[in-house]
Amino acid sequence: MTPRRTSVPDAPPAEELVVDPIACTGHGLCAELFPERVALDDWGYPMIHGSVSPDLHEHAVRAVKACPALALKLHRAR
Amino acid sequence: MALWYLTRATGATALVLLTLSVALGVVNVERFASPRFPRFVVDGWHRTVSLLVCVLLAVHVVTTVVDGYAPIRIADVVIPFVSTYRPLWLGLGALALDLLVALIVTSLLRERIGVRAWRAVHWAAYACWPLAFLHGLGTGSDIRAGWVTWVALGCAAVVLGAVAVRLADRAIARQRRIGAVAALVAVVLGVAVWLPSGPLAKGWAEKAGTPASLLGGKHTTTARRTTP
Amino acid sequence: MTDRLLAGLHGRGPITLDRHRAIHGPLPDAGPDLIATVEAAGLRGRGGGGFPAAVKLAAVAEARRRPVVVVNGTEGEPMSAKDRALMRHTPHLVLDGAISAARAVGARDVLVAAPPDSAAVLAGALSERGELGSRHTPRITLTASAVGYVAGEETAVLAHLEGRPPLPRVTPPRPAQSGFRGRPTLVQNVETLAHLGLIARHGAAWFREAGTAARPGTMLVTVSGAVRAPGVHEVPVGTSLPEVLDRAGGATEPPTAFLVGGYFGAWVRPDAVGLALDDAVLRAHGAAVGAGVVVALGASSCPVAETARLATYLAAESAGQCGPCFNGLPAIAAVVERFATARTVRGDGERLTRWIDMVKRRGACAHPDGFARMLETATRVFRDDFEEHARTGRCARCHADPVLLLPRPARAAATA
Repeated sequence: MTPRRTSVPDAPPAEELVVDPIACTGHGLCAELFPERVALDDWGYPMIHGSVSPDLHEHAVRAVKACPALALKLHRAR
Repeated sequence: MALWYLTRATGATALVLLTLSVALGVVNVERFASPRFPRFVVDGWHRTVSLLVCVLLAVHVVTTVVDGYAPIRIADVVIPFVSTYRPLWLGLGALALDLLVALIVTSLLRERIGVRAWRAVHWAAYACWPLAFLHGLGTGSDIRAGWVTWVALGCAAVVLGAVAVRLADRAIARQRRIGAVAALVAVVLGVAVWLPSGPLAKGWAEKAGTPASLLGGKHTTTARRTTP
Repeated sequence: MTDRLLAGLHGRGPITLDRHRAIHGPLPDAGPDLIATVEAAGLRGRGGGGFPAAVKLAAVAEARRRPVVVVNGTEGEPMSAKDRALMRHTPHLVLDGAISAARAVGARDVLVAAPPDSAAVLAGALSERGELGSRHTPRITLTASAVGYVAGEETAVLAHLEGRPPLPRVTPPRPAQSGFRGRPTLVQNVETLAHLGLIARHGAAWFREAGTAARPGTMLVTVSGAVRAPGVHEVPVGTSLPEVLDRAGGATEPPTAFLVGGYFGAWVRPDAVGLALDDAVLRAHGAAVGAGVVVALGASSCPVAETARLATYLAAESAGQCGPCFNGLPAIAAVVERFATARTVRGDGERLTRWIDMVKRRGACAHPDGFARMLETATRVFRDDFEEHARTGRCARCHADPVLLLPRPARAAATA
């Protein structure tokens, strides 16, 4: 993998993975597919830590698509 | 001749895979997970197997229409009960196909239509399998071949098991569960009573509505022992 | 000190329109300029959030669709009685505020959510006024508010007014963008609007004559617990806690602690230096003014028993929509109960801290956050009591009369 510089001016910004806590019913596929950023709490619900850097974008998209409750969304960071 | 064999083969295989899809669907909704079979794997298999069913059905349908022996047109594939060949039993297949198309399309567009609309349509999966099964019993030329019968009954057993697991879910209201079990028992008994005097009996082809010109022709098969 | 909101209260029922006009003067016509006045006045929401009122007003006024004003009189906080007091005794002040806010944001409809007896008084006041639905005065509709702790949350009120269960929604989008039936909605607490009604008359400089520079104006505080004269009082923001207690007739017994803000607020030690109804001061103690609730817990009550009961109540009042809340809060309340009865199992201490942290910011609304704050401050302020209960179980004070009112959970009441 080619090494990346950290402050490339036109690097795409990090994204935020956000869970809709009402839609979420704790299936847990997100934690299986994206353990880098998603862990499950003691009751099986997702805890998202950190933002989604460009190299993790595809994993985040996969997690969003796999959610049976469609409770995940990927936003551009503000 | 080859096309007709392909029709029968893909039909039988599609039923087996549809059975697998229903079973995986129940495993999925019941949230079964293990370290070796995480949720996303079960979910992924369910989706993949369902798409495979579509591929097989595409071949099943195309070979049926293209093979000119039986008078089945394109319209008969999607519009139920209008064919001249075994209208009822073929029509059930058309109906099953229509439902399957709805299931697949809504699943592919789930992000657009939302979970509620998707789930409402997905209940039709429980109707799709019985329709496909009865279609197979009614139109299948091989049903009286021993091993085909066993495969069909095996599929039925798997689906019954899956539905039983689904109905055992605590989240289902007691009234609904009782109603569903009663309906299920009625259907199973009905089919079990009907089978021996229906598709498994001699003369079914005529009773099912095969056009007279085809009766006794080279495409009909009689029960033939094949090594399992 | 001069009462502002509570001026002219005579204990003989609601203040009539004539008396109201005699006390406060006529209500000037308002328009979008009022928003700048409110901003200069520095009015903040009095429902518990403390959000700057002018920011909300501006956001709603800017929206493209015609906005709606919602007067939130639900007051789901059991230890708060200020909104009821305003609606029942000074209904015209509340209506003035609602009408002024509607004019400021260009709304033609005002929806009021209030408990039935308060709504009845407001209805009487409305009939006194008469000229509604005209070009200058919005249409005002009264609806009985829903019962339940979270029913007073902004989006829960909107859901209730829309005919759905009174449960919070996910925000964003905030009501100012998309609220009642998708329209831009200004949801304001009854007291906030009452202040607005007076700012419309007397201006920003007048409002700032009381209170602190950062948090100007007066506020209503509901004092209860071990005090001689529990009830609603009006005090300048920033009033010290000893003074607040004096207004309530003084303590009946030495207080062990105060619950400040509401059930979602914080426990503070009575000896904490400089305690006052000022967010800047309270922040250092992990507390905030919140809904203006001050409960004095006397020495004859058991803080552990009260906390355990409160935790169980708040857990039962979860809307039941978000996994971490409807799973986590009851689990945590059970651990607290185990501490209270010396039935702790190995790891309960660590479990309690971990779980409290786990539920913060995990819900659609702030209910789990308030629950976490209440418990964190309780375990800090009552640390010794908790440790003793974990060793020896219930104490003599555990059986004293409960100080905190815990109405039967709304959902249980509904299905009973």
